[in-house]
Amino acid sequence: MLHFTRAKILAIVLTCLAGLIVALPNFFSKSTVESWPWFMPKHQLALGLDLQGGAHLLLAMDQDEIKKDWINNLRDESRKVLREAKIGFAGIGTQGLTQLVIKLAKPEERDAAIKALNKVRQPLGSMLMGGGGYDVDVFAGPDPSTVIVRESEQGIRQRVSNAASASIETVNRRVNNLGTSESTIVRQGADRILIQFPGLTDTKELKKLIGETAKLTFHEVHPSMSGEDAKLGTVPPGYKIFPSDKSEGGGDYLLREQPVVQGEDLADAQPGFDSRTGEAVINFRFNQAGARKFGNFTKDHVGRPFAIVLDNKVLSAPVIREPILGGSGQISGNFTVESTNTLAVQLRSGSLPTKLTIVEERTVGPSLGADSISAGKDAGLIGGIAVVCLTILAYGTFGIFAVVGLLVHLILTIALMTLIGSTMTLPGIAGLVLGVAMAVDANVLVYERIREELRVGKSPVSAIDAGFARAFITIADSQLTTLACAIIMFWLGSGPIRGFAVTLTIGILTSIFASVTVVRLLIWYWLKAQPKGQKITVPV
Amino acid sequence: MLMKYVPVFKGMDFFPHDLRLPFMRYKGAALIGSIVAMAIALGLCAVMGLNYGVDFKGGSLIELRAKTGNADVSALRTKLNALGVGNVQIQEFGSPADVLVRLEEQPGGELAQQASVKKVTEAISADYTERRVEVVGPAVSSELRMTGFIAVAAGILAIVGYVWFRFEWQFAVGAVLSLTHDVVVVAGIFALFQFEFDLSTVAALLTILGYSVNDTVVVSDRIRENLRKFKKMELNELLNLSINETLSRTILTGMTAIAVLLSLYIFGGEVIRSFNLAMLLGVIIGTYSSIFIAAPLLGYLGVKRDWSDALAKAVASGKTKAKA
Repeated sequence: MLHFTRAKILAIVLTCLAGLIVALPNFFSKSTVESWPWFMPKHQLALGLDLQGGAHLLLAMDQDEIKKDWINNLRDESRKVLREAKIGFAGIGTQGLTQLVIKLAKPEERDAAIKALNKVRQPLGSMLMGGGGYDVDVFAGPDPSTVIVRESEQGIRQRVSNAASASIETVNRRVNNLGTSESTIVRQGADRILIQFPGLTDTKELKKLIGETAKLTFHEVHPSMSGEDAKLGTVPPGYKIFPSDKSEGGGDYLLREQPVVQGEDLADAQPGFDSRTGEAVINFRFNQAGARKFGNFTKDHVGRPFAIVLDNKVLSAPVIREPILGGSGQISGNFTVESTNTLAVQLRSGSLPTKLTIVEERTVGPSLGADSISAGKDAGLIGGIAVVCLTILAYGTFGIFAVVGLLVHLILTIALMTLIGSTMTLPGIAGLVLGVAMAVDANVLVYERIREELRVGKSPVSAIDAGFARAFITIADSQLTTLACAIIMFWLGSGPIRGFAVTLTIGILTSIFASVTVVRLLIWYWLKAQPKGQKITVPV
Repeated sequence: MLMKYVPVFKGMDFFPHDLRLPFMRYKGAALIGSIVAMAIALGLCAVMGLNYGVDFKGGSLIELRAKTGNADVSALRTKLNALGVGNVQIQEFGSPADVLVRLEEQPGGELAQQASVKKVTEAISADYTERRVEVVGPAVSSELRMTGFIAVAAGILAIVGYVWFRFEWQFAVGAVLSLTHDVVVVAGIFALFQFEFDLSTVAALLTILGYSVNDTVVVSDRIRENLRKFKKMELNELLNLSINETLSRTILTGMTAIAVLLSLYIFGGEVIRSFNLAMLLGVIIGTYSSIFIAAPLLGYLGVKRDWSDALAKAVASGKTKAKA
């Protein structure tokens, strides 16, 4: 079967050529490639953060916080629904973060209460998606006068998922405000967000920007009772104690829990300076609804203070001198110029549904990345030379063919990686090297077989023929087991394991073509070129 | 034609092909030795523990480069120990200007990790630049540990599944035992020398699995072939013959793999050094295990001698095709 048809030869040569063309831009610098004429390929392999420098942040949402918000909302809504239905209740208590226990005044009203409370349920997802069901289950409690409202598993999952999508959008807007656009922000698992920022190595600004939820609210201050008094006595219903943000002992404030205006109504926020004091401030503007609410409130409360609250901390509590009807105002606090910048970005891009915590951070400086590349290049070159020497020493002329096969293997691997748009990482280089070792092994298997067949006394042509045919089974088996392992690595592994698995997989896929087919074609040509009528000696 | 100008010269046999080394004579000793080695390795892992890197233990790693001159490790140590961020490990790393600072996981959850790194980077910012910062919180590190373990276990299972599918179950048993041996012994060596064990070490372990099974499959393939060819040969003798026949390939492939890995180890930079070390150890141990564990086990398990007609036919038809 040594013979190759014309079509086969053409296919092999074309494959090699196509690989070379696709891989070519990777061997030149970016600026050189950009100056090439239009018909040349310009797509290069993307370098991973470990090679070009950059930041990788994994953020986690606080699921408990989301659940707490939800259960509080549910409690308020249940109260409202029961009141509307005129059903008396002795109290609504929360149990854990997912369950409400409602104690009714009259047990005989329980069925009516359940019917009324069914209004707080929201259908899950769309019916088309086969979702069905509700986010909340309402049922009778163990005691004849209690009703239980419990959040369902799917309900919680949907809530977390919605919060994650909202967080990604907000983070996206905040990060884009930094002015660099090459970042990738993706969801990971149920409650995590991964940010990758090539080129960025000073993460302080980035962390500050995404570290706060930036929930801005405006509250009414209790007309007579101070925060300190409320702390000693009882907090009036509907009010809540808020700490002050000022580091120099600003004290606590007693504010109405329900805000007058929320950050959602904010139309714009810009850093600026107070014209009188020269202090760094934030100028904000409400949308129409916000302006109306704020206008009405300030009209009714002239002469009294209101509180500007950021993330549940009071920034300042100025006294309303006159109604603010235009819908714009100014926030002062203990700001520096940088902090007004960051805060303005945060306010503009909206608040995060919940605080994001950094659970993993990996930052690589650009100099380290460059060092890694050059170290990888050196090591690859020296290792490559060692392999070339060993192969040629062991198999003579056929060793040269094997080296050509190796080159084809390497070029095709890089070409395939470029085509699928995968990223080159440090472990990826190691995977590339192992792929080369696998390709060498394939040639070693073939040549050792040829040697064996020659020893048994076969003619050169049939020994070569049998060598390829027999070794192929072994090569396929050994490569396929490694492939199985690599696929598992990709499927289950994370970070470096994945990068390694990708290059290894591609390397295995190309190695059979390169080290079996291409090498066999070369040997076939070589056999044809031998002088006719003379005894051929196989140089292995 | 171009091919006429390719010089014809013969390669050399690194390994005398007619040599018949009596591997099977030592199979008992080798098996006992391997079992003892595995026991010692497991004991080392239990007593000394693996030196987990930040990926698995949580905590932070900061690579620093002195802005001028060499890094002063002792001055740095005094400075950082005074910060109250727990045990600070400082280690020279590659060039004399570089150091690696490790902070253990701080009590107080994810936020505490960030705070401790901030303290350190602020304290050294006058004299050092940060080259790399890795912070892994407690939630992520336990997850990475778990997925790392699962990846290795699933890797072994996938390989065994494939071998079982392609060969007889005895081959799969031999493969799984020799693979487990390789992983355990490499882990034992890492525990003994307290080399850092992190995500890239796991990647290396998976690669070792791949290499080792590659070796095992080549030997198994030859055993299967010889089982068909020499129907009457005594099993031990047949196993020995198969190992010897594939020995020149085993050695040459091993040599090229070691050459590449050595060059990566020496020139590839500090960052992937532990990865390479694991691989180097693995290539040697993996080669050993396919000769001394996977093959002898077939003898003990009594591998099937009469292969099914269907398989024989498939091989025969393959041959007729080749002749046509």
